[in-house]
Amino acid sequence: MGILFDSDQELLADTAHGFFEEHAPVAALRKLRDTRDALGYQPEVWAQMVELGWTAIIFPEAHGGLAFGYKGLGAVMGQGGRTLAATPLFATVALGGGALMLGGSETQQAHWLPAIIAGEARFALALEEGLHHNPPGTALKAEAAGGGHVLTGEKHFVVDGSFADQLVVVARTSGTPGDVAGLTLFLVEAKASGITRSPVRMVDSRAAASIRFDGVRVGADAVIGKVGEGAALLDAVLDRARVCLAAEMLGSAEKLFETTVTYLKERVQFDVPIGSFQALQHRASQMFIALEMSRSAVLAALTAIDEGSPQLSLLASLAKAKMSDTLELVSNEAVQMHGGIGMTDELDVGLYLKRARVQQQLLGDASFHRARYAALRGY
Amino acid sequence: MSDLDTFRTETRQWLEANCPPAMRTPPGEGEIVMSGSRMRFQSEDQRIWFERMRDKGWFAPDWPVEYGGGGLDGASTHVLETELSRLKCRPPQVNLGIWMIGPVLLEFGTPGQKQHFLPPTARGEMGWCQGFSEPNAGSDLASLKTAARIEGEEFVVTGSKIWTSGAQDADYMYALVRTATGGTKQQGISMVLIDMRAPGITVRPIDLISGKSHFCQVFFDDVRVPVTNLVGPLNEGWNVAKRLLQHERRAMSKFAELNMPGPNLVAVTQKFQGDAQGRIISPVLRDKVAALDMEAHVQRLTQQRIVEMAKARKDVFNVSATMKYQAAETEKKSMETMVAALGWQGLTWEDAGVAMDAREATKQWLASKALSIAGGSSEVQLNIIAKRVLGLPE
Ligand SMILES: Cc1cc2nc3c(=O)[nH]c(=O)nc-3n(C[C@H](O)[C@H](O)[C@H](O)COP(=O)(O)OP(=O)(O)OC[C@H]3O[C@@H](n4cnc5c(N)ncnc54)[C@H](O)[C@@H]3O)c2cc1C
Repeated sequence: MGILFDSDQELLADTAHGFFEEHAPVAALRKLRDTRDALGYQPEVWAQMVELGWTAIIFPEAHGGLAFGYKGLGAVMGQGGRTLAATPLFATVALGGGALMLGGSETQQAHWLPAIIAGEARFALALEEGLHHNPPGTALKAEAAGGGHVLTGEKHFVVDGSFADQLVVVARTSGTPGDVAGLTLFLVEAKASGITRSPVRMVDSRAAASIRFDGVRVGADAVIGKVGEGAALLDAVLDRARVCLAAEMLGSAEKLFETTVTYLKERVQFDVPIGSFQALQHRASQMFIALEMSRSAVLAALTAIDEGSPQLSLLASLAKAKMSDTLELVSNEAVQMHGGIGMTDELDVGLYLKRARVQQQLLGDASFHRARYAALRGY
Repeated sequence: MSDLDTFRTETRQWLEANCPPAMRTPPGEGEIVMSGSRMRFQSEDQRIWFERMRDKGWFAPDWPVEYGGGGLDGASTHVLETELSRLKCRPPQVNLGIWMIGPVLLEFGTPGQKQHFLPPTARGEMGWCQGFSEPNAGSDLASLKTAARIEGEEFVVTGSKIWTSGAQDADYMYALVRTATGGTKQQGISMVLIDMRAPGITVRPIDLISGKSHFCQVFFDDVRVPVTNLVGPLNEGWNVAKRLLQHERRAMSKFAELNMPGPNLVAVTQKFQGDAQGRIISPVLRDKVAALDMEAHVQRLTQQRIVEMAKARKDVFNVSATMKYQAAETEKKSMETMVAALGWQGLTWEDAGVAMDAREATKQWLASKALSIAGGSSEVQLNIIAKRVLGLPE
């Protein structure tokens, strides 16, 4: 398998492109923000995405999936990134679905994968506790009791946490924060007693939540994977999700770059288009180079998932780190090259900038992934 | 198994069996064989590796067999390059004739030129140098002035070329000369092949910041060249040169992957700044090294993507335009980081007490500065992307 999209994946990308342009343009996000929409996404758009089969792309046919691979999901995520489409796709399919697909028991999969595919269950991953992505730092406690567990602690910046029906909770069943061993993943109903959710409005106008667990009781069947051995499973889930996120970021960066290049050709100062100034031309070219390099990393990482490559972790960190740097560059240059108007809320550039920083931080920023890449390479 | 997989397996086995272990180490200073009639081997291993690769036709793997090449398609050539790089094989020889003028002759050459020049070049018996730049024609190459007037069956060449790599040892120069004036500066340029032993040629070596070098200034004083050595149409050599420069850019961006640069950033920082497990102690340095290692990695992946796109008959111009800049800038920063990591050891000129790889690093660091100047400077690469890829206005 090569790293390029094949014709089926290209076709899916084309369909998704048209879909998001029509149903979830940037204006839709703006409206959700301005109306302080409690949900933070458009349920009717989500229903159509379910209808189109996008919730089924990565799952095995045995559970009603399309077995079309992560390159397919990446193609859709990329197009969603272009219009900043706010949908449950990432958290529900890549995170929740990913956890169940990779670590779920036969029973869990048989129940939940069809529910995800049918759009009947929305998921969130309750992972972060501190200011930065740090899975081994998990402190939320899960104590064994009566055959099941009792969960106590707090989670923050839970993407889609305010409306999710189900939570995949990363908890500590043994050891102390900082230990890689002793983590366990639990599947918990979001409305279970003892759970308090406080919605948080993020800078990118999306729904996140802080979630408190006050002695939440779950049964033995709530464990995803094996007790105490959640770290490896979590890593595998996160790597796939990081790559999906990088694919989305590539779409955002591409769109923002196109917008900026168009502006360079249109905006006239000193009687000439500002795009004729070499200082700006060179910076635009540098962005183009960074984008092409990032695209190669994203395609290679998506391919690595579908091929079951042992290089996946390395490529996931490569894609997330490189894409984060590129998006930071492109989003900052987009504001600068638009001048004063780039600072206005009226222009979409600012929405991309704000979303960019959330995308960068999510599941590990560039320096997190450089450190991980170095460790994987043995230095 | 696909044919390509079979080829990969066979190539890997052949290389394992035929590349002498000493040729799988980074080459030291001056240990690269510049092929041509005046080449010298410094070791038996060098000679063996040279001859084995030559006999495979793998100096020019993608040239037709009838001209001494390996007859491989693009995908197989890429496999061969990947395997060479994986085993850390040194390039058996380096010759501008193979990377640059050869592909141009395959495209524009007369049957006589192909027959005369390609086979000895592919066997490493004919060394080449590139006579493009002049003291007053660098980035603005088309303003070149070295003149060739026609007298009967000969051109008579007068003028001077500068920065000519390997001019001292080369057998032939492919040169751009002015054969007509008037019109735009791109018109009236022709490409000719000049025998470096012809009377009237003087070669003066130039010392570089990295020390003694292969770079020269070449003077032409009524040098006679047969008109049959004209490549492509008279006065339209600019188009031929543009093709050649595309090959040069490609070659320059591949350069970094060829195990050419002796010291390797990760290995050197691990050795001089790492703990017993090879972990770079300073998190600041580790972050820097990882960032550069990643830049080299995305560049390799982009190279792979270009090969795949070409195979799928997609237009690769835009992506390819990024490679020379990416390769040059990454390599330069890597060398800066390496020398900084070496501390004082990276800053000696002659000191027997300093490790070989540290001394190599110092020279490589200085030599790396040329990567963003030669073969179209980094600024020129950015101009090309701005205008031809992004369509930004003049
Ligand atoms: C190690 C080495 C090997 C070489 N080998 C050969 C060889 O074998 N044969 C050969 O013919 N030549 C060779 N060259 C010459 C090389 O091609 C030229 O050095 C190169 O074209 C730049 O020309 P210049 O040195 O005259 O610099 P200039 O063109 O004078 O450039 C000076 C500076 O101005 C910048 N600049 C120029 N024009 C522009 C512009 N339009 N926009 C923005 N910035 C601009 C350049 O990027 C550079 O930073 C070699 C050079 C080096 C360093």
